Amino acid sequence: MMKIKDILSPFSAWGNINRKAVTVRDPFSERPGADRYRGFHKNDISKCIGCGTCEAICENKAIDMVPVEGVETKKGDSGLRPMVDYGRCCWCALCVDVCTTGSLTMSNEYTWVSENPDDFRYIPGVDKKPWDNEVKGWKNPGYSLYNPDRVEMEELKPEERITNFMELVKGYSKEQAEKEADRCVSCGICVASCPAHMDIPGYIKAIRDNNLELGLKLLYDTNPLPEICGRVCTHRCEEVCSIGVKGDPLAIRWLKRYIADSVPFEQYKKILGLDTLPEGKKHVAIIGAGPSGISAAYYLRTLGYKVTIFEAKSHPGGATMYGIPKYRLPMDILEKEIGMLEEMGVEFRFNTMIGREVKFDELYTAYDAVFMGIGFEKPYLLAIENELAKGSLQAIDFLREVNEGKTPEIGDKVVVIGGGNVAMDAARVSRRLGAEVTILYRRRIEDMPSDPEEIEGCEQEGIHIITQAIPTKVIVDANNVVTGIEYLKAKMVSDEKGGRPKPEPIEGSETVINVTAVIGAIGQEGAFEFLGTEWLEKLNIKRGRIVVDENMQSSIPKLFAGGDSVNATADAISAIADGHKAAKGIDKLLQGL
Amino acid sequence: MNSKFKIEPDRSLYPSVGKDGKLEIDLSSGKYVKIWHGPNHPGVTGNMSLELTICGDEIVEAKTHVGYLHRGFEKIFERRTWMQCFPTVVRMCVPEPDTNEYCLAAAMEELSGVEAPEYAQWMRTLVLEMARLTNLLRTVPGLGGTMGLGLGVQWGVYMRDLLLDRFEELTGARIYHMYIIPGGVRGKMPEGFKERLLSNLKEIDDFSLRVKKLIFDNAVVKKRAVGTGYVDPSWVDRFGVVGPNARAAGVNRDVRKDYPYLKYAELDFEPYVDENKGSDVYSRFWVRYMDMINTVALIRQILDKMPNDGEILARIPNALHWSIPKGQTYVRCESSRGEYGFYAVSDGSEYPRRINLRGPSYTHAIALLEKLLVNANISDVSPIMVSLTTCPPEIER
Repeated sequence: MMKIKDILSPFSAWGNINRKAVTVRDPFSERPGADRYRGFHKNDISKCIGCGTCEAICENKAIDMVPVEGVETKKGDSGLRPMVDYGRCCWCALCVDVCTTGSLTMSNEYTWVSENPDDFRYIPGVDKKPWDNEVKGWKNPGYSLYNPDRVEMEELKPEERITNFMELVKGYSKEQAEKEADRCVSCGICVASCPAHMDIPGYIKAIRDNNLELGLKLLYDTNPLPEICGRVCTHRCEEVCSIGVKGDPLAIRWLKRYIADSVPFEQYKKILGLDTLPEGKKHVAIIGAGPSGISAAYYLRTLGYKVTIFEAKSHPGGATMYGIPKYRLPMDILEKEIGMLEEMGVEFRFNTMIGREVKFDELYTAYDAVFMGIGFEKPYLLAIENELAKGSLQAIDFLREVNEGKTPEIGDKVVVIGGGNVAMDAARVSRRLGAEVTILYRRRIEDMPSDPEEIEGCEQEGIHIITQAIPTKVIVDANNVVTGIEYLKAKMVSDEKGGRPKPEPIEGSETVINVTAVIGAIGQEGAFEFLGTEWLEKLNIKRGRIVVDENMQSSIPKLFAGGDSVNATADAISAIADGHKAAKGIDKLLQGL
Repeated sequence: MNSKFKIEPDRSLYPSVGKDGKLEIDLSSGKYVKIWHGPNHPGVTGNMSLELTICGDEIVEAKTHVGYLHRGFEKIFERRTWMQCFPTVVRMCVPEPDTNEYCLAAAMEELSGVEAPEYAQWMRTLVLEMARLTNLLRTVPGLGGTMGLGLGVQWGVYMRDLLLDRFEELTGARIYHMYIIPGGVRGKMPEGFKERLLSNLKEIDDFSLRVKKLIFDNAVVKKRAVGTGYVDPSWVDRFGVVGPNARAAGVNRDVRKDYPYLKYAELDFEPYVDENKGSDVYSRFWVRYMDMINTVALIRQILDKMPNDGEILARIPNALHWSIPKGQTYVRCESSRGEYGFYAVSDGSEYPRRINLRGPSYTHAIALLEKLLVNANISDVSPIMVSLTTCPPEIER
């Protein structure tokens, strides 16, 4: 097998003598990394929201989220920024791929000399580095390591909706909920924006782990009305959801609803440990059975206090019962959640108005503490001509009547004035009563304080929205019955003080719409007269709202307050949070802490 | 020594076998000396040590010692989420990390019912073949390297560098590519990549010819390599010999053909088998040489057949807490050294219960090597060891 060729052949290597050498002789010449090179990190600090998914995915614990000077903690921004330790980093770039905002990238720079070992631990984007402006380097290759698309929620079709008061939203199935829960990156940015600071990542993980009992416990830790909030919450959490920056925010509200709906109601008491509540001697009175009152009652009861709720109306629930239309929140949900309080031993006294049936004085002396969650019930008026004519209604009265089972006379052509959730509710309820509906709003669509999905719902249901329209007078016939409304078109003028643009009426642009009813929905205010002048003098009220401290204690020592009459955000979840805070405040006071 | 394996009967000049089946070596007689080969031997791709008992310059007994490179990877995996294992697995075999990436991805995908998109599967096939070629470019001329002929290795390292450039522009890194992510791949081909790769392959064609003349048609190499480190074809199954080492013994073992994965079933190729059953150092290197030639042809074929564009990542569960359903699997692929497999167990949580690597070096370098070294010359230790393509990082994981 050995041939003569085998002796000569290796000498062929001499043929390479004239080949050009391929090694780089000069050690200092720069060789830039490839376009996708995974080099040193860069971070666009203004885009970064400090969600910490980079820290979570890093297998080497090379990333720490640290506070940074000049970056404030605010809604939707933790105020923290990633610091990378190059003693640990393995350059895998999973942090870049998982980044929810796309702010974290890598440069193609791979050489760096420093005498100080501490230099190799820096905050990209904050500590200036030569590669900060390098365009080349690893970026997210255009995919997502979590699902950016929300699991579609099934709803009734618009043509089906407007004929009845059936609940619009059908709710998630187990598969849908688990799929949606899987999208959560558990950054927890939502927790800070939730007025009640619910443990959102916690209960979403419970859905993923199919541990709904734990999920329910976590819900009730901070919110005793999860079924209501799972339907009508203003979901500030979703506004700041980190995966919402590039994709759809997580459907946190629907997931909360899924837990509350999926656990059989009969098991609630057992799971929450409400069978054996401590019995205390002290007794707390609560004025108003709205969300804040119910929340305060629940937590006070779990702390062992006796609780009595005084409610002027015949049913509990407050604004959630009387203000929210049944297609958004069916009646049985309310009754179920509130029924549990009765089983817990909370005493309800309906049709009992303080100042009428019971004097506030008596209450204040008879009970160890008083919580007041009376809401805003007095509508603001437009202050235009013929506003009190027949056929000119106020939205909250209108909604209450409908929820009570009455059918107010509105005819077939309705104009609703306002741009908040109450206006949208009034419009959509009128549509269900068979009327053709138009909404008049002073500013632009993007200025509407209402939830975007409410506006979308209105549009789907064929409700006409006229923006930049300022009503000037209600037109009546000889019998003082509404026949039309006149409004002026407006142009938006930017505010010199930096506030939101203001509508300014355009002279001579009067337009008249013929209507059978006008519904005003421009807001409400509180009515505190029932306290009596003596107490009113002692109570510190600013701009129509009661002033309280961090324990929700008012200027009257034993009186605590919460909900719309205290809180300008005026939504159910803030009221619930107030109730919880007040319960803790009352506990502190009564225990003499 | 394991009593199952008997010492060849004609070794009368060498230590006799005692009643317990062990060799009777009396070190005080002065006839035998124990020496350590390694753990830092340039002929070994990593740190591994051989305890040799020599008589003159012949080896009468060899024991393999590992542990110099143990980093506890398999234990580390149990403390990482599934996705966090992805950047870690590559370190289990430095010269060919992509096989690790593929095995992890395949195991995770199989257990959770995810299928990588078509384009990603082609890219994976391409990358695995590129990785094979990269590794072979350094290993094949290594035959000369172990015998003091370093020139071929220098040529090979340059050729390998050309491919590392391609890896760099495709994956963002030269060595730890971290490209085959569970669910797909991490990028499409950059502009002009195909042309540059094809031109590199042309250079490699030329290199192959030169390296054949230098090393394989070389009287000295033949004199030393032919007949050295003979692996009897009957040992293939006894010792779990796989891949090129088995093919050199005339046993056709190639996972790409036996259990086709990715796109190999759609590709036209035949693994080279040494019909003469040479099964010595020379034969094993020659099989690898032919593998190198075949791989170049296979890469050209893949580039020709693969789609130009497509999805790179399937819709995977959230990578931060990817829970793999309860189950276990064994996935394998053909590395340049033979069958490379992962045994993965999930208890249904976000963390692997067990990921166990079955690499070819484990059997080749620990059990088989001890047998092959007996009777060999000290200077033949390196050629024998490298001819089995020992990769200590993959033994100690």
